[in-house]
Amino acid sequence: MSEHIVPRKIYLVVCAALLGLTFATYRLALLDLGPWNVVAALTIASCKALLVTLFFMHARYGPRRTQLVILAGLFWLGLLLFLTMTDYVARGWLGRGA
Amino acid sequence: MPEGRSALVEHFRDLEQQREASSLGMWIFLVTEIMFFGGLFLAYTVGRSGYPAAFGEASRHLDVALGGINTGVLIVSSLTMALAVWASQTGKRKMLLGYLGLTLLLGLTFLTLKGVEYADKFHHHLVPGSAFSFPGAAARPAELFFSLYFAMTGLHALHMVIGVGVLAFLFRQARRGRYTAQYYTPVEMSGLYWHFVDIIWIFLFPLLYLIDRHR
Repeated sequence: MSEHIVPRKIYLVVCAALLGLTFATYRLALLDLGPWNVVAALTIASCKALLVTLFFMHARYGPRRTQLVILAGLFWLGLLLFLTMTDYVARGWLGRGA
Repeated sequence: MPEGRSALVEHFRDLEQQREASSLGMWIFLVTEIMFFGGLFLAYTVGRSGYPAAFGEASRHLDVALGGINTGVLIVSSLTMALAVWASQTGKRKMLLGYLGLTLLLGLTFLTLKGVEYADKFHHHLVPGSAFSFPGAAARPAELFFSLYFAMTGLHALHMVIGVGVLAFLFRQARRGRYTAQYYTPVEMSGLYWHFVDIIWIFLFPLLYLIDRHR
């Protein structure tokens, strides 16, 4: 079996990093950074997701096709969010109706 | 005791191809899950972009401490799940059972805390519907926020319940010695699912609980 066995220490380090980043996102949320609060929150969340995907889900050690599938999924999600939001913004529909 | 009958199913060339097929299948399923949750994240994006102040105000009614603790619980549960896979890869049955059990307990802890939160929301009239009550002029957008809160965390919690069920199944199978260093695919695939559900919460926490915390 050519399956790569990840050393347990890597898992522990990644877990520590994830908990640290969680604390960081909480602390940053307490500061008033204006529009950058969202950017910071999403950036940190993306880093955490990347760590989980690469190390816990073994994407770092897996075949290229796994990375392709992940990127494809993110592409479609991006398309969904981007095109829908441009539609709402262009029509001036944000904030109406609730 | 020998590993018994080969786990190889006849339409695969060898065990490695079989394992790769399982992995590809699970990853593609997870992509469909990305789109499934994606729809709700889209609704959230539209809602928050349209009512930033109201969403911020509504968000402050969520319990950050409980949400933060739950985030920690899930992160550690992903660690124990990864360690369970490691144990199955190295043929350590007792360790596998231990880590599966731990992951399951952490999952149940998460669900319990979620239940506590939901009960609290119910008592404070923050569940959307006829009993909903929110002070100030932003009541309607606030109700929209809470609709999204319950829909997104509810869908996530449903995935957690399924995950706990899967873990219980894995635990039973592991006790019967079904997983060896040569065949541990179900453990690994379930791990992928569990980590994915963790990733969803990694995004839910800041987006729902940390909107305008500096006020």
